[in-house]
Amino acid sequence: MANLPLSSQIINLCAAVLLLVSFAMLSQRRVLSLVQLFALQGAVLCLSTITVAWTAGRSELYVSAAVTLALKVLLLPYILHRLIRALNARWETELLLNVPATMLVGLLLVIFSFGLAQPISQLAATVTRSTLGIAIAVVMLSFLMMITRRKAVTQVIGFLAMENGLFFAATSATYGMPMVVELGVALDVLVAMLILGVFFFQIREQFDSLDLRNLEALKEE
Amino acid sequence: MNHVVNAGAWLAQLVAVTTAIAAAPLLMGWVNQCRAWLQNRSGAGLLQPYRMLRKLLYKDAAIASAASPLFRVTPYILFGAMVCAAAVIPSLGTTLPFTAAADTIALVGLFALARVFIALAAMDIGTAFGSLGARREMLVGFLAEPALLMVFFTVSLIAHSTALPTMAQALAHRGAAIYPSLAFAAVAFLMVLLAENARIPIDNPATHLELTMIHEAMVLEYSARHLALIEWSAALKLFNYCCIGLALFLPWGLGAGDWRSLVPALGFLTAKLAVAGAALALIETFSAKMRIFRAPEFLATAFLLAVLGLLVHLLLGS
Repeated sequence: MANLPLSSQIINLCAAVLLLVSFAMLSQRRVLSLVQLFALQGAVLCLSTITVAWTAGRSELYVSAAVTLALKVLLLPYILHRLIRALNARWETELLLNVPATMLVGLLLVIFSFGLAQPISQLAATVTRSTLGIAIAVVMLSFLMMITRRKAVTQVIGFLAMENGLFFAATSATYGMPMVVELGVALDVLVAMLILGVFFFQIREQFDSLDLRNLEALKEE
Repeated sequence: MNHVVNAGAWLAQLVAVTTAIAAAPLLMGWVNQCRAWLQNRSGAGLLQPYRMLRKLLYKDAAIASAASPLFRVTPYILFGAMVCAAAVIPSLGTTLPFTAAADTIALVGLFALARVFIALAAMDIGTAFGSLGARREMLVGFLAEPALLMVFFTVSLIAHSTALPTMAQALAHRGAAIYPSLAFAAVAFLMVLLAENARIPIDNPATHLELTMIHEAMVLEYSARHLALIEWSAALKLFNYCCIGLALFLPWGLGAGDWRSLVPALGFLTAKLAVAGAALALIETFSAKMRIFRAPEFLATAFLLAVLGLLVHLLLGS
């Protein structure tokens, strides 16, 4: 086995930590810890983006790392914290699946996405191509988190984590999306967060809870 | 000449096994002492396990009238299995003659043998506590075993072998590379170690007669020399697990197994075990005991980490 250069090792380490954080989010019951894990995910993402930028000599990636740091590590967790305190929604009481079963489903998803990524990553020419499988796995795991949770807040955190996975996929497959797209996505996420924050209050006012099962009934009785 | 070398190697092996048997209660005492210090107690001293073993060996054994021969034989089988494991694990050197006798999969089998016998013996008397403990032990065991195997598979993918000495050597001589998979495997191994040795998040080794106990519930009916052997093999099991962990994840300073390397290897082992024991005490002090039904969650996490290590290694090649 040839020894990889240090930067690839750091990127691989970041990828592994991202995967681990995704699983931790999947099994976390406390909403505030979930927000902290989300911030951690953003920080790792930022570190790996900086490493990619440094290795590949792409200066625009520094900008997207800075945007990641500002938005996903500082601003969004702050807004989420405020929201959770205001809504008093600290505990996710019921999951649709118990934790070990969720973990096993998550493992299957990881295997699936690794298999999916294998042919794609052979086509890519970047230093980070082997991490594409992990990026897809992070997206899938966030999906799974959104599916297994009932509360609106945790579903939104799952949505944000999914965006993290997409961003990581973009950096690992093609050294990032064009700057315009990236800024657009970042802005989208921010605005979505603000609108969803308003939504939370509306949902709670209407149903006295943040449980999304209440939205499934079509008619008012 | 060859004969002399062989004799020397066997003598080194004998020293390694004797060290394991003699030092296992000391490790137990050290962990307990560290825990006592961390909890602001003065503690019973490093030699307390030896004093207890001596006391138990002096006493007369009382055996329940319903006991079958299995009940009497189990302590010896348990002790034998643990001594065998201690001989197989390269604690002092990687070329000791016995270390080639079995690979990691056989080692897991050896631990499973001991577990099956203690569970059978616990159910043999027919008391409620015994069968309760046995069932819990099997619950923990059947979840911990696949996790342990997965840890070994992850490491053996890196080292290209399932034999412990080869793995330890390969890992000791690798370059200064970052292996995320190895880190995952190490954490998973630590969790399995805590569960398998009845340490705190799963079981509390310090209490008798508590409704949540696992290990102590199984050995309630044992007394005197039988109990001494069981306690001794529990200490040996902890020693063995620590040595496996050190051989896999901190293999530096492990000698080849000849006379000259034996003394520094012994020094390294003592230092590493002292640190490992203190760390174990620290973990136990910081964590609270879990409900028994949380144990599957804990061990599923260990399994998950080990499998993730495997997958990450396959994908990233590191």
